[in-house]
Amino acid sequence: MPDAVPSAPATPDKRSKLRATVSDAGEWLIKALLSPFVEISALFKLLWESVFWGIRPPYRGWLFVEAMEFIGIGSIFLVSLTAVFVGGVLALQLVDGFRDFGAENQTGAVIGLALAREVGPVFAALMVTSRAGSAMTTELGSMRVTNQIDALITMAVNPVQYLVVPRLVAGFVMVPVLTMLFNVVGVLGAFFVAVALLGLDPGVFMDRLKWLVDWDDLSQGLIKAMVFGVAVTLIACRQGFYAQGGAAGVGRATNRAVVQSAIAILMLDYLVTSLVIGQGFF
Amino acid sequence: MKLFRRNGLHLKRASLPPQTKDDPIHVRIRDLHKSYGDHHVLKGVSLDIHRGKTNLIIGPSGSGKTVLMRQLIRLEKPDSGRLIVNGIDMARLEGLQLAAVRRTFGMVFQMSALFDSMTVFDNVAFPLREHTNLARDEIRSRVMDRLAAFGVEAAAQQLPAQLSGGMQKRVAVARAMILESEILIYDEPTTGLDPITTEMVDELIIEAEKMFGVTSIVISHDMASVMRIANYLSFLHQGEIVATGTPEELMRSEHPATAEFIRASRISLD
Repeated sequence: MPDAVPSAPATPDKRSKLRATVSDAGEWLIKALLSPFVEISALFKLLWESVFWGIRPPYRGWLFVEAMEFIGIGSIFLVSLTAVFVGGVLALQLVDGFRDFGAENQTGAVIGLALAREVGPVFAALMVTSRAGSAMTTELGSMRVTNQIDALITMAVNPVQYLVVPRLVAGFVMVPVLTMLFNVVGVLGAFFVAVALLGLDPGVFMDRLKWLVDWDDLSQGLIKAMVFGVAVTLIACRQGFYAQGGAAGVGRATNRAVVQSAIAILMLDYLVTSLVIGQGFF
Repeated sequence: MKLFRRNGLHLKRASLPPQTKDDPIHVRIRDLHKSYGDHHVLKGVSLDIHRGKTNLIIGPSGSGKTVLMRQLIRLEKPDSGRLIVNGIDMARLEGLQLAAVRRTFGMVFQMSALFDSMTVFDNVAFPLREHTNLARDEIRSRVMDRLAAFGVEAAAQQLPAQLSGGMQKRVAVARAMILESEILIYDEPTTGLDPITTEMVDELIIEAEKMFGVTSIVISHDMASVMRIANYLSFLHQGEIVATGTPEELMRSEHPATAEFIRASRISLD
């Protein structure tokens, strides 16, 4: 066994490098831990500014119509297409699963409940995020990096009032409308699969659906849709509005907007559900 | 001052002698400071902007020209100092009062910053639609007049992306002047343009000053262009104005950085 060689004492230079590395790592860790809170506070600040400027004249009606057309009308095809397949696959799984213990008659009820309370608002918001949210971030981000937002300011036009408020209102109004559309088309898709392909009785399917799903379920879904509508447009606008770093920066902002929106939808879904049904708090 | 009365705003005047249209100094910048974190960019800039003249601020890259421009039109708030426009300290204003004073200014950005979703006509009409109650026909007539004055009326229904850099600049100047702003700020107006377009933009700045009597503030480092258009010239170096005067005076400046900058640009009074 060779004798253990004592390690050489660290030189002052090595020590200061080590200290700097530890300090950098500490700073990075603190920033990483604080970043969600910084992001959330920035979102609330933008929301507050939007409320402040939203109630002040001038009211530019055509901007609201344009934003609703973009978020709502423009998403109809995508929402309908996804709703048909989501409804269809739900029917496929539930009929198959319920048949094992002879409960396939409950398929319509369970699908109706799932769509109205959860699947409709969550999917509609996700579709709006992927189609309209990302486009909003890119548009506002491009305006930011090409000084178009600065140009608005120099022309004494408040950019939050002009660019953010109409989009927020459109999200608040149109995501619930798209949710209702998703629910209706989803039920039609499920009905087709369950009745036409899997042989369920159409009367039983609709009767069970009407028996279990009531206004409270629909309203729970609509409340969620309103919250999601504000959240996804707010996140998209915040990321685009404060984008920096040229085209690459706009790309990163769009990426962040989509990821943050998807996470926000799922987290808010739990929060709103627990608030509405009064259970599931920590 | 009609503007402020029209908006019903009561603006606090700076503690300086009241300015009138006869005051040859349009903007007084006093001891302006701006930092970003530990980086002190503007270190007490003091400068007079002459009314109805073309005032150029030159300096090497990184000297703080763009930061000064952003403070001038209050895209950012200075840390300290005063920015007196028509007797009102713009550095201390916020909200609607600031918006009212901002309408004294028109801004032409380096990349023109035209709204790319709007046609040329809509871009120029935008300030009129936002800030006046003019009828549609009146707006059309004013916009077309202004586009004609800058030779771009044929492009009225085109999108900015369909125009050349020089034409975009013309449209940007037409938009900046449609509300008859008293002061026009140009940020690096000739950067990235070919020599012919550069000369065209220089003529445009001179035309705007002569036709409409505006005060022009041009941020630039293009010395050839500077010598063509400047009435007054100020040299910004490491966040401070170190030399100011007419182009001839600046050419004879003994300040080392100014002299070096002028020598490197190979421009002479001849």
